[in-house]
Amino acid sequence: MKVKEIYSIKGPYREPMSVKGYYFGKGKKAACIVGSMRGNEVQQLYVCSQLVRALEALEKRGALVADNEIAVIPVVNTYSMNIEKRFWALDNTDINRMFPGYSGGETTQRIADGVFEKVKDYSYGIQFASFYHPGDFVPHVRMMDTGHTNESLANLFGLPFVVIRKPRPIDTTTLNYNWQIWESNAFSVYTKETDCIDEDSAKQAVAAVLRFLTRMGIIRYHSHSGYIASTIHEEELRVIRTDAGGIYRRYAAPGKEVECGEVMAEILHPYEGYVMSQVVAPVDGIVFFAHKKPLVTEHEIVYRLIRRLHT
Amino acid sequence: MITTVSSAELPVGEHLLIQKNRLEPEELHGGEKRICIVTGTHGDELEGQFVCYELIRRINREKEHLKGIVDIYPALNPLGIESITRSIPIFDLDMNRIFPGNREGSIAENCAWDIVEDIKGADACVDIHSSNIFLMEIPQVRINENTAETLVPLAKHLNVDFVWVHASATVLESTLAHSLNSAGVPTLVVEMGVGMRITKKYCDQLTEGILNLMKELGIWEGETGPVIEPVISTDHHVGFINAGASGIFVPLIEHGDYVRKGQHMGDIVNPLTGDVEEKICACIEGMVFTRREYPIVYSGSLLARILGGVIS
Repeated sequence: MKVKEIYSIKGPYREPMSVKGYYFGKGKKAACIVGSMRGNEVQQLYVCSQLVRALEALEKRGALVADNEIAVIPVVNTYSMNIEKRFWALDNTDINRMFPGYSGGETTQRIADGVFEKVKDYSYGIQFASFYHPGDFVPHVRMMDTGHTNESLANLFGLPFVVIRKPRPIDTTTLNYNWQIWESNAFSVYTKETDCIDEDSAKQAVAAVLRFLTRMGIIRYHSHSGYIASTIHEEELRVIRTDAGGIYRRYAAPGKEVECGEVMAEILHPYEGYVMSQVVAPVDGIVFFAHKKPLVTEHEIVYRLIRRLHT
Repeated sequence: MITTVSSAELPVGEHLLIQKNRLEPEELHGGEKRICIVTGTHGDELEGQFVCYELIRRINREKEHLKGIVDIYPALNPLGIESITRSIPIFDLDMNRIFPGNREGSIAENCAWDIVEDIKGADACVDIHSSNIFLMEIPQVRINENTAETLVPLAKHLNVDFVWVHASATVLESTLAHSLNSAGVPTLVVEMGVGMRITKKYCDQLTEGILNLMKELGIWEGETGPVIEPVISTDHHVGFINAGASGIFVPLIEHGDYVRKGQHMGDIVNPLTGDVEEKICACIEGMVFTRREYPIVYSGSLLARILGGVIS
């Protein structure tokens, strides 16, 4: 294992922010894994730290296939993580909306450029990402449909679901999108949590990446074969929104199978405590995404359901 | 008449309300033209607040001269404005990256959809922004090169100093202006002043410009003052000056000053060591139309923009 600084920036008073890359094996650029890009992505950092441990042990055992380099960048935005801010703390810009970056541009464009220079050109790019909607997901692999997408590769992670997203204009500046434009096969892996650690889904994510690297012939690792993934196009997910704002009582967690008509959550009057509204499953399905906060607004997306795949 | 354009119940005893004020002649004959004035998409940009107030005051003072419909939306992001938050507070999401919105989407996308649907059909829209808390801008209209042919002639009526025609970028397709222009509503984006402040001189200048544009569209027949002939960027080069070092930026030039190439414009200093970390010099000759107001900088922070070839 080699540790290299891939980018650094100096603050007026803080210690320089040093973005570290962990490198395993040598030879052709096989796979690059990027963890936390935003300051609250603690789970993503944790997953990468465990992956670094696992890869270090595999390297020591001689389990890396020759002529392959694997890079892991556990965290990019340490400055924000250390002060509990999600985005770049001075101007609240999102580094993951600045790719491919610009070396002569604004601070976060420069960071994105510096990082992208070091993470591009790998055959496979894997990012542990988070979503702007507060809530949790079933673990899944997400790909952008850029025309360079190879859906079948995403199945090799062995996670239960693969989601294909049609990119919107706002997506064109993410790492995932630009990896694909630069001809890496890019995947975003979503685990259950973001700003706290969930051990089970973290282990699942580490195992999924190791399984993928094994199946691509980059490492030799014995694991169970995982799931045969179901591929879903994002627009096929059934969105369930609230019709009232209030205190939110959730009954159905991610992964739960629900039946049409089942009460999945209730919205309580914030002062008087009675049930103002029920969130009811409109179809049979599996909970893919579930709102988690104790309060909700009207028109909020509280569930995304995968319609039952086998009837 | 004040009406609600979008409403959503918040968790505890409140609604998110996006409201507009419609000003119209006493009698409508049908076929009146309509202009929309929108602002407050970013909660830290406040210059538009005074423009909305002043425009309503001016129109109401001489209501007999109003010949069309004026819809004024002073706060597209009211939760952001009242919490000094640039984005939409609940989602930490830039509202100007979710247009045209989605009826079946989240609360924010739903609001965006309502706004666009309400404005559709207007003959013109002015979307007032005020930079951010970091940069001071002279009154200017920014236009995507794809819409320049239609919008530059309209922008000339707005009494701004500068019209910046910039290259298109895919990510900007999610702005309100792009959505409205695509829907056939000619929409001019104004940038002026600085975040979290009201620069009354600029607000008065733009108010006069909006009345002038209304006059051009046949919506206003009252008196308007003289209008500045703006500099159009397509005839000039724009020079960007970004910080090369981190530290405290101390400018030596005023916003709107004319500078020579190589002129000393400021320093990035280190208050701990007493050193000058970087001497900032003009990259081209011209007028400083953007100047950094917020002193803390990192490498890359924008310090100034210069409109090349504009000489005092």
